[in-house]
Amino acid sequence: MRVSLFVTCLVDQMFPQVGEATVELLTRLGVEVTFNPEQTCCGQPAFNNGHRREAREVGAYTLRVFERELMSSDYIVVPSGSCATMIKNLYPKLFGEDAVKEATAKRIAPRVFELSQFIVDVLGIEDADTSRSGCVTYHDSCHLKRELDVSSAPRKLLSSVRGVEFVEMDRADVCCGFGGTFSVTFPELSTAIAQEKIASIERSRAETVVACDSSCLMQINGLLQQRGSNVRCMHLAEFLAARES
Amino acid sequence: MLHAIESENFVENQRGALENPHLQRAMTKATEKFVAARVKLEAGDSAQWNRLRNRAREIKELTIANLDHYLDEFAANVERLGGHVFWAADAEAANRYITHLARQRGVRLAVKAKSMMGEEIGVNHALAASGVEPVETDLGEYIVQLAGERPSHINMPAVHKTRGDIAELFAEKLHVGRTDKVEDLTSLARRLLRERFASAGMGITGVNFAVAETGTIVLIENEGNIRLTTSLPRVHVALMGIEKIVPRLEDLEVFLKLLPLSASGQKLTAAVSFLTGVKDAASEEGPEEFHVVIIDNGRVEILANPHLRESLFCIRCGACLNACPVYQKIGGHAYGWVYPGPIGAVLTPQLIGRKRAPDLPFASTLCGACKDACPLKINIPEMLLHLRHEIKEGSDGVGASRKEERPRRTRLIRQLVNLAERAAFKLWAAVMQDAGRYRRAGRIARIVQRVFGQRNAAGDSTLPIKRWTRTRQLPQLAPGSFTSRWPEISRRTKRETND
Repeated sequence: MRVSLFVTCLVDQMFPQVGEATVELLTRLGVEVTFNPEQTCCGQPAFNNGHRREAREVGAYTLRVFERELMSSDYIVVPSGSCATMIKNLYPKLFGEDAVKEATAKRIAPRVFELSQFIVDVLGIEDADTSRSGCVTYHDSCHLKRELDVSSAPRKLLSSVRGVEFVEMDRADVCCGFGGTFSVTFPELSTAIAQEKIASIERSRAETVVACDSSCLMQINGLLQQRGSNVRCMHLAEFLAARES
Repeated sequence: MLHAIESENFVENQRGALENPHLQRAMTKATEKFVAARVKLEAGDSAQWNRLRNRAREIKELTIANLDHYLDEFAANVERLGGHVFWAADAEAANRYITHLARQRGVRLAVKAKSMMGEEIGVNHALAASGVEPVETDLGEYIVQLAGERPSHINMPAVHKTRGDIAELFAEKLHVGRTDKVEDLTSLARRLLRERFASAGMGITGVNFAVAETGTIVLIENEGNIRLTTSLPRVHVALMGIEKIVPRLEDLEVFLKLLPLSASGQKLTAAVSFLTGVKDAASEEGPEEFHVVIIDNGRVEILANPHLRESLFCIRCGACLNACPVYQKIGGHAYGWVYPGPIGAVLTPQLIGRKRAPDLPFASTLCGACKDACPLKINIPEMLLHLRHEIKEGSDGVGASRKEERPRRTRLIRQLVNLAERAAFKLWAAVMQDAGRYRRAGRIARIVQRVFGQRNAAGDSTLPIKRWTRTRQLPQLAPGSFTSRWPEISRRTKRETND
């Protein structure tokens, strides 16, 4: 089983440890991971802002990278629900006017997976075979849950970690308020929404909050840090990859 | 009163809303309650509700695809049974018909049931200007009418007011001693409104559903004011958008289950009125005249746009409002016009012109809670994305309407920002299509970061970053990108595997 990692521009530039943890985790689970350094971005920032021309240009580039990768890899794995959604669900729409690219996008979509979805649904693995301590809760990122219908896979994996107490926060699937450039265009509103999420996290009494999207984690962590909170934010890959010493 | 359209000032208005802790408390309490009620009822049999939602969509798809046919059928039946139908192209035409009718019938007082269409066309203002006093009889509408405000929710017009607000308002406007007890407030309003029902020459309602097959209009309520509004006055005027049609009576079963569920977590409302025709000579009860004003006001253009047509499926339940994390925080008035929340963000730019509400489609994280909550499974996030595309890259021809006027205050700043944004995305696209450029950009950004250091405090850095750091810690570029570290990562994991 060989997969090609689409690390995402956010992880590549800001949270490379998430990419690293993804590689370690998948390798430990018996998967060979390859990486094409020509990759850049799925194009979502432009698409979400209504700039479809630019989104198409970048998407077309990424589509070519994927086409090449899938000639020698079985799947493309993405440690991000929103990027996986862009590629799987929105590329066919984005290239709706270009029959060739649309066909490529439709052909590629079933072979692109968000990380937790890949582990549980494709590898059939629900036990992450690792151990940690402490109390952990999970935040459902919006695209992952509502567009990709992934919500039990990450929970299964988290619950399988030996020594960890998994607790559900209230309103786990309510938006963190990031929304891409929304957080910059409407910063106070974005923060106000995030504050509700922080309140849910604090009510859960968890020491760590895990999510499958670095964008959500960045938003949540940004607010937690400013409050001087001791709650840690971790990507699912990081939580499952390293064994605590 | 005629309220100004404030959608252009959305950015300012939402900020003001966030700084109002009073509003925050009221919104949180109300939306939580209604979401909980809906979720609870749905959880009882989610498979059944899903089937109903799918069926409702089917009915709406069929209806919207054949709207002209069903509208004609409806109108013919209304007229056959003694009613009058007026086809209003826009708000002005509708108001002219209604005020003319009121004048002809010597109406001095009109009682109104809650009608979002009434708000949309500004019928109260038109009536008052022609010497007819309009009195809202829905308690929530009565409250906002007293306060001189627009409703801030599709179903709960006064959701932005606490009980204390209402007590104060009643004491001030009705010249009574202040009471905070709900029963006392309600019975006071009821007493005052009873007198108005009896002396009103006209009753004005909206329409929840208009049945083509029988020429019946259906109205649902919990307060009883609709029963009175449609029974006591001699003349009943019903306002409806062209999309309120359902083909047959039996189609109502689905909608009469979904609307109360989605609006207030009820299995059914306290009263459901099926109003067909007018009384004949023998019957004593009911109005003598029945007028249905069928209103376009921009809906035909929505119909013509295949990407946005689905917004006509809306049955005005308000579930999307209650579920929306943005609406929960800013309330309805910030949206600046009649329809707030997710559906408001889709309808308002279409009905009043994209140039008059350019911020609304962007005031969303696209979380999809609205789509989940919607009884018709309307894909609001997809439509918001399409509106963003139309606004940023120019209309694709369909949708440009006579309403696309220049905003009252042409904003030079907005135009400059748009230009800068377009340039920024062009640059971004150029970088992201070329691995070499992308890597170089990363290196340059890291140099910049090292030179200027970690910025937390506002006022230190470029505008977009400042807007983030005003409220949060600024995240940093990692010292080395994943791509740059891949060779080492790859070696290490291969080594560990081989151990």
